[in-house]
Amino acid sequence: MCATRGHPAPTGGDAVMRQFIERHSFWSLVIAVAAAVFLWLIFAVWPDWLQAGLGRKKTFVNTFLNGLTLGGLYFLVASGFTLVFGLMRNVNLAHGSMYLLGAYLGYEAAEATGNWFIGLAVAFLAIAVTGILLQMLIFRHMEGDDLRQTLVTIGISIIAADLMLAVWSGTTYQFTPPEWLFGAAELPVISAVRSSGDAVYIKYPIYRLTVLGVAVAVGIGLWLFLNRTRIGMMIRAGVNDREMLAATGVNVQLVFALVFAIGAGLAGFAGVVGGTALSIAPGEDIRYLLASLVVVIVGGLGSVTGAAIGALLIGLAEQFGLAYFPTYGVVLTFLIMVVVLAVRPQGIMGQG
Amino acid sequence: MATRRGIFFSGSPGNPLARVHPAALLAGVFLLAYPAFATDFFTFQIGAYSLILGTVALSLMMLAGYGGMVSLAQLTVAGFAGYLVAILGDNSVGVMGLGWPWWVTVPTAILAAAVFATLIGLISVRTEGIYTIMITLAIAVAFFYFVRQNYDLFNGFTGFAGIEPPTLFGLYWRDPAPFYYLSLAVAGFFFFAVIYCARSTFGLSLQAIRDNPRRMRAIGFDVTLHRVAAYFFSGVIAGSAGVLLVWFNGRISPGSVGVDVAIDILVIAVVGGLRHPVGPFVGALAFVLLENFAIDLIDRERFNTVIGLAFLLVVLFSPDGLLGLWNRVKDKLRFRRTAQLRPLEGGGAE
Repeated sequence: MCATRGHPAPTGGDAVMRQFIERHSFWSLVIAVAAAVFLWLIFAVWPDWLQAGLGRKKTFVNTFLNGLTLGGLYFLVASGFTLVFGLMRNVNLAHGSMYLLGAYLGYEAAEATGNWFIGLAVAFLAIAVTGILLQMLIFRHMEGDDLRQTLVTIGISIIAADLMLAVWSGTTYQFTPPEWLFGAAELPVISAVRSSGDAVYIKYPIYRLTVLGVAVAVGIGLWLFLNRTRIGMMIRAGVNDREMLAATGVNVQLVFALVFAIGAGLAGFAGVVGGTALSIAPGEDIRYLLASLVVVIVGGLGSVTGAAIGALLIGLAEQFGLAYFPTYGVVLTFLIMVVVLAVRPQGIMGQG
Repeated sequence: MATRRGIFFSGSPGNPLARVHPAALLAGVFLLAYPAFATDFFTFQIGAYSLILGTVALSLMMLAGYGGMVSLAQLTVAGFAGYLVAILGDNSVGVMGLGWPWWVTVPTAILAAAVFATLIGLISVRTEGIYTIMITLAIAVAFFYFVRQNYDLFNGFTGFAGIEPPTLFGLYWRDPAPFYYLSLAVAGFFFFAVIYCARSTFGLSLQAIRDNPRRMRAIGFDVTLHRVAAYFFSGVIAGSAGVLLVWFNGRISPGSVGVDVAIDILVIAVVGGLRHPVGPFVGALAFVLLENFAIDLIDRERFNTVIGLAFLLVVLFSPDGLLGLWNRVKDKLRFRRTAQLRPLEGGGAE
C-alpha cells in the first residue's frame, strides 16, 4: 500500500518530496506555478479584467472552499473503501449503503438523545459492527473469489436501499448540530474593496470548515495508526502478503475484521458528518458510492494517500464544474478519471 | 407457462447446436406460436419485454461469460442508443427530434452505441478484474447524472416521450404481435450469433484470454484488441436492444438509464446464468414475471428486496445461476436413476 511511499506527513514526506522533485523537475515546476497562481487568486484583490473573465471573486473562493470541504467528505467515505480493498481485495459496493445507513441511524440516535455527538458515535459503532458481521458471516466464506464477493455486495446494497426506503421513506432528513457549529466564520480573505476603502472579507460556514478539519484529522490519524502502531504494521504486512502474515502466527481473520470495522465505521461516521453538511435522502448511497469509486480509481485502489489526493481532485472538480459549467459538470469528473486511467491505469498512488 | 418455457429452454445448454435437442425444438415452436394463444398483455408486457431485457443481458453475458469482463455499463449503452433514436428521429417533447427517417436513425443509433461501448472497452480493458466492474459502474452513474443535468441534448430530467416505431408493410410495429415477433427476431438473431461467435476462432481466443491472459499474450495474441472487439460486438447487441426498449416504452428519461436498472441487468444475467446464452433470457423471464406478479405475493413496494434476495441467494448458493441449478438437479436425478448411490450434496458447491 501507500504506507512506504509518499505521504503528506511531517516526517518521511521530506525525502519523498525531494526525490519527486529530482525525478520530475518539469512537473514539479508546473505544480509549483499552478499552486502559486492559485494562492494569488485566493488572497489577492482581483483586478477588473479578472473579474470580467471569471466572475466575482466571492464565487471563486466559495467554490474553492466548497470543493475542499466536499473533498474532505469524499476522503472520509473513500478512505474506508480503499482500506478494505487494500487488505482484503474486496470491492465493497455496499459502501454507499453503509454511508446512508450510518446517516439514518445517527439521525435517530441524535434525535432520541438530543446530542449530535452521540449520533456520530452511534453511527460509527453501529456500522462498524455491521461491517464485522458482514466480514464474518459472508466474506470470510468466499475468500479469494473477488468477483463473487463484489456481486454479493451489490445484492446487499439493493436490499439495503429498499429496506431503508421502507423504514425511513423518501423524506429528506436534516440534522441539528450543536449551536456553536452553526454560523459563519470570517476568513482573512478579501473578496472586494468597497469604494470607501473598507475591505470586505469572505464569510464561510463554520460547520464546513469543521468537516475539512475532521477529514484532515482522520487522515493523519489513519496514517499514524498504519505507520506507528503494531496493528498498523500487521495490516501493512497483510496488504503485501497475506499468507506470509498468517504464517508468522498473526490471526489474520481478526485483522480482517478490525480493518472492515474501521472501514465501515468511517463510512457510517461520514454519513453523519456529510448528512449534517448536506442532507439525508434516498439516492445518497449511490452518489457516495460513485464518489468513492472515482476517488479510488483516480487515487489508486488500496492507498490512503491516493484516496486523499483523489478526493481533493474530485471534490474540487465537481464544485468548479457545478459553478462554472453546470450542464457539463459531471463530464469534468469523468474526464479526470479517463485521463488518469489512460496515463496511469493503477491510479496516482496505486502500485502494480 | 413460465416454468414450462424455462425447463424446455434450459434443457439445451449441454448440447451443442449441431444436435438440436428435442426440447430446444419444442421451445422454438412454442416461442413462434406464443402470440397465437397468449393475451395481448402476455405477448407485449411479458413476452416482448423479457426478450428485450434478455437481449441486453445477453450482451453482458457475452462479455462476462466469454470475456471475463463484468460490465455494468451495458444498459448505459442500450440507453444511449435509445436516446439517439429520440434525438435523431421524432419525439413529442419538442426538444431535438431531427426527424431523420427510421432507416437512418436506427443503424446510426446502433453503430453509435457500438462505438460508445468500444470507448468504454478502451477505458476499462487497461485494467483487469474488479476494476472493470468499478469503472463501468462509474461510467453508468456518470452517464445517468450527465443526461439528467444536460438539457440541450438530452432534455434533462424529463427526457423524451412519444418515440414510435415506424409503420411498415401496413403494420404498426408497436402492436403486441408484430412487436413480439420483431423482438423475437432480434433476440433470436443475436442468440445464435453469440453461439456462433463463441465457437469461432475469435470466441475461442476470447475464452482463452479470459482463462489466462498472460499465456495468450505470450503466444502472440493481441489481448487488448480481442477484449475491445468483444466490447464492440456487445455494443451492437446492447444498442439493438436499446432501440427496441425505447420503442417498447415509447419514452426515455434519466430514470431509464439509472444505476438500479443497470444493476437489474446484472441481476438478470447472473440469476439466469453466465455460462450459456440462454441464461440471460431465463433470467429476464424470471425477472419480468416477478416484477409483474410479485404484487400478488408481497407488497409491490418491496419488489427490490425480493429481487435483491433472489440475486444474493443465487450468488451465494448457485454461482452458475438458474441454469447451473437446473443442471445440478438434472445430474442428481440421473445419478439416482442409474446407480443407487447416495444423493449428491446440493448447495454452495462451486
